[in-house]
Amino acid sequence: MTQVDHFIEIHDLKKTYQSGETQVDAIRHMNFFIGDEEFITIMGQSGSGKSTLLSIVGALNHPSRGRVIVDGMDLYDLSAEQRADFRSEYIGFIFQSFQLIPYLTVLENVKLPMAVTGYKKKIKNQMAFEVIRRVGLEAKAHRLPDQLSGGEQERVAIARAIVNKPPIILADEPTGNLDSKTAGEIMALLQSLNKEGHTIIVVTHNSDMAEYADRTIRVQDGRCFA
Amino acid sequence: MKLHNISFGNIKRRKAKMLFLVLGLVIGISTVVTLLSITESMTKNIEERLNQFGANIVMVPKTQNLSLNYGGIDVGGVNYKVREFDEKELENIYTIKNNKNLAIVAPKVLGPVKIKNKNVLLMGVVFEDELALKTWWQKTSGDYPIASDQVMLGARVASLLGFSVGNTIHMSEKPFTVSTVLKPTGGAEDDAVIAELSAAQQILGKQGKLSMVEISAFCQGCPISEMTLQIAEKFPDAKVTAMKQAVMSKMQSIDMFKSFSLGVSVIVILIGSLLVLITMMGSVNERTREIGIFRAIGFRRGHVMQIILLEAMLLGIIGGILGFGIGNAIAWGIIPFVMKDGVFAGINVNLGAISILMAVALSLLASLYPAFKASNMDPSEALRAL
Repeated sequence: MTQVDHFIEIHDLKKTYQSGETQVDAIRHMNFFIGDEEFITIMGQSGSGKSTLLSIVGALNHPSRGRVIVDGMDLYDLSAEQRADFRSEYIGFIFQSFQLIPYLTVLENVKLPMAVTGYKKKIKNQMAFEVIRRVGLEAKAHRLPDQLSGGEQERVAIARAIVNKPPIILADEPTGNLDSKTAGEIMALLQSLNKEGHTIIVVTHNSDMAEYADRTIRVQDGRCFA
Repeated sequence: MKLHNISFGNIKRRKAKMLFLVLGLVIGISTVVTLLSITESMTKNIEERLNQFGANIVMVPKTQNLSLNYGGIDVGGVNYKVREFDEKELENIYTIKNNKNLAIVAPKVLGPVKIKNKNVLLMGVVFEDELALKTWWQKTSGDYPIASDQVMLGARVASLLGFSVGNTIHMSEKPFTVSTVLKPTGGAEDDAVIAELSAAQQILGKQGKLSMVEISAFCQGCPISEMTLQIAEKFPDAKVTAMKQAVMSKMQSIDMFKSFSLGVSVIVILIGSLLVLITMMGSVNERTREIGIFRAIGFRRGHVMQIILLEAMLLGIIGGILGFGIGNAIAWGIIPFVMKDGVFAGINVNLGAISILMAVALSLLASLYPAFKASNMDPSEALRAL
């Protein structure tokens, strides 16, 4: 990974969805940069286009126009399979409502992103236990997700996002389903991960979360205001 | 964590749905196995019967006279004045198209001979061929004859004329040793003295002549009626008759049953595959979100496809094994009801391997489209529900 000022560049971004007969502009026009190891919150009302923005930055959603450049790579110039590899290497997703695989244990859920990497089993276990310890769940590594509290599930989701040591962590409303105390703990955890070198982008509509970030980008009606 | 862990995990979680899918395969495979096992048992049963019957084609010289013999009672007294054909011509039989199916060709000469002032039927045979053909013949003691100065006697001849093993009998003033006496068979041989062909020809004054030829064309599904025609063509002076028509027609009904089984199997397998397709499709739709997560965390399309096809393969193996087992059990259970004296032909290991391969192939084939659909899911669409 090369150290550049503009680690993530968003140029002239537009995303239009076809909803039946009508076209919905989720993102009308956006331009911004995010530096390496920055902690950004993207704030906006629901339907403002912030989740769409996150999925585009995460190489999941093809924009209608514009470019997304990460670490010098124009994401949407890559093939679908190259984008999959990019996600595996660069991105750790923390989804809204955790999105753990219910039939896999905590350990297996955390190891999931490593299923497509070439690490040896021993290394995989080592890496997984390291992040499970990091989020404080070593005692519950062999439980299934539905045996955990909301805060604990969120921690599993974070552990899964960081297990491959991706430079970028994208979190969509990570505190949406949590009480304010647990939400604070989670944000603090993200903050410490940022200090360890991860670039973190958190989408939220909760303005209290902004205080943990270096910078906040506000999104309204498909446009952004830094 | 490997991709197969995900497949195992999913199968374990969705037991009911996966059971349904396996059921589709089990129904298909077990039906095929049951039908094949029944046909196999039927064929084996018929083959055994064919074996017991001996000759299936008989060749006699054409005659203008009608038979004056019914059920072993001879009313005409002209029986022994039969016409003959040349022994040399018999070689021609090996020029027929289906000559490979000729298992045994047993020529014989028949005629009356006087022994102890009684008229006795003398039957000249090639011992080796005759004994191979008449597997139901049993000797009382002594050994089957091997030399041209040895004879064997039918049970009634021996008792009526008072001969036993080791005695010498004279035919046309020539001495012959009785090497064995046959146990009663209920057939014509009970009343006959059986001698070596050339010796009998000499005694009867029929050198180089044959009275009849019994032919065994024993193989599965031999075209007996066709072979009869082929032989008749080579021997225009002979009347060639196919024996055991009833057994052969049974063979034909087995062939018909085979075709029917094949038809039923194809339909049942199609239905089974449809069941697999629908279940897999449902499973994939249910897992849209999960597949979205896989794609988001860096799984390639091929990885998603691998997960689904691996599941299909595992279920195919389970379905194949269960289907084979259940199919055999059903066949074993119902064969005594569908076939008189029917015996289960036994477990066919090759069929087992084929069943499992077939179940895996079916399961994979039926899952190909769902897997393709899953792998082509747009990850952002799949995650839209999040």
